[in-house]
Amino acid sequence: MAGISKTSIARKVAMALSGLFLVLFLAQHFTINFTSVVSPSTFNEISHFMGTNFVVQAILQPILIAGVVFHFVMGFILDIRNRKARSVSYAKFNGGANAPWVSRNMIISGIVVLAFLGLHFYDFWIPELIHKYVETHPDDPFRYYDETVAKFAGDPIRTGLYAFAFVFLMLHLLHGFGSSFQTMGVNNKYSGAINIFTKAFAIVIPMGFVFIAIFHYFNNL
Amino acid sequence: MKLKLKVWRQEDAQDKGGFQNYDVDGIDGDMSFLEMMDVLNNNLVNEGIDPVEFDHDCREGICGSCSLQINGEPHGPDRRITTCQLHMRKFKDGDEIVIEPFRATAFPVIKDLVIDRSAFDRIQHAGGYISVNTSGNTQDANSIPIEKQDADDSFYAATCIGCGACVAACKNASAMLFTSAKVSQFALLPQGEVEAHERVINMVNQMDAEGFGNCTNTGACYVECPKGISLENIARLNREYLSASVFS
Repeated sequence: MAGISKTSIARKVAMALSGLFLVLFLAQHFTINFTSVVSPSTFNEISHFMGTNFVVQAILQPILIAGVVFHFVMGFILDIRNRKARSVSYAKFNGGANAPWVSRNMIISGIVVLAFLGLHFYDFWIPELIHKYVETHPDDPFRYYDETVAKFAGDPIRTGLYAFAFVFLMLHLLHGFGSSFQTMGVNNKYSGAINIFTKAFAIVIPMGFVFIAIFHYFNNL
Repeated sequence: MKLKLKVWRQEDAQDKGGFQNYDVDGIDGDMSFLEMMDVLNNNLVNEGIDPVEFDHDCREGICGSCSLQINGEPHGPDRRITTCQLHMRKFKDGDEIVIEPFRATAFPVIKDLVIDRSAFDRIQHAGGYISVNTSGNTQDANSIPIEKQDADDSFYAATCIGCGACVAACKNASAMLFTSAKVSQFALLPQGEVEAHERVINMVNQMDAEGFGNCTNTGACYVECPKGISLENIARLNREYLSASVFS
């Protein structure tokens, strides 16, 4: 296996695996967030568990952060290498004639999602760290719903930014999720079903996140 | 038909190069694109100007010599054809046609529209073969039963003519479709099993060494391939490579 990590296919497989890991996280995150629409108490209960459980905080969270960082760093590395592979550009390149926009512009949709993560961390993760480790408040299992809703209530710009970012996440997933199976070598009689599932996931989950943000905005007017 | 041509001219590999504008008249819709280039070159020679260098050989879509990026697409606006099979009826009187060489760091320009595609040869040399004892008692290949589907898939992979349109079309200048076809044509047959692991590792390493980009599964290569080499071959290459990396 010597040298495998340096080849183009190995890098692509690593990219695909980290992407699939993040897709799993996305499904879990959406499921938890959706409970805020149907049952605030359930949302508080699950959020408290996630925020205080040792395995989640000490093991799963660092793995998740590593996965996110790896996916973005490797994305930029691959993009730089790909640009070097065509040192002289075409004067006229009709890319739209043979490939969809989403597949040709993963770096753009990825950068928008990365910028959104900055906003998302500023909104939720950093305040959570300050709450737990800097200000050292007493444990409050009922604060999560109110804190989440407060971010969107009366703030159409933030709600709009979240919706905008999730549209780009949808575009990223529309190509990336299905593409990861091809990179892993999966192209067989099940590929049609996989394609339908990945496309459905790519639309339903990000649009579900948009729905949650809009729901809390209008629910608190 | 009268056309305005914007043609890439480059003296040699060291020259920076640039576009030259030419007008051509009397182009018939039944002419092939290369015949239109012949008309242009006749005009240029009559005017005492160096003709435009471009690759061509069989002129019937078999050899893969003719390249050319035409109006932003390899082999022009039609599908499943090479440039020699592109007819001028695809264009209208007065059209401007931009003609460039295939662009890839691994395909340096030699002169004008002629590029060096020997990177493909080196990928082939790295493993695109089977070692057969030709001492006189070689087993007849037809005596080895092969499933129809595998034989068909292998044959279709082997129809790759190595023209480089896949590289030219890919936004990353990736050679995965070419390499995957050359790996697949053997990977599907029992004759290719003996050197399967060594073959895929060596060919992928050579592909990377040549400076081709990474495959991001846009599918542009398949759309522009004159032989319709399937993306299934790229998935097969990925499987073969992962298997070889783990088990060899």
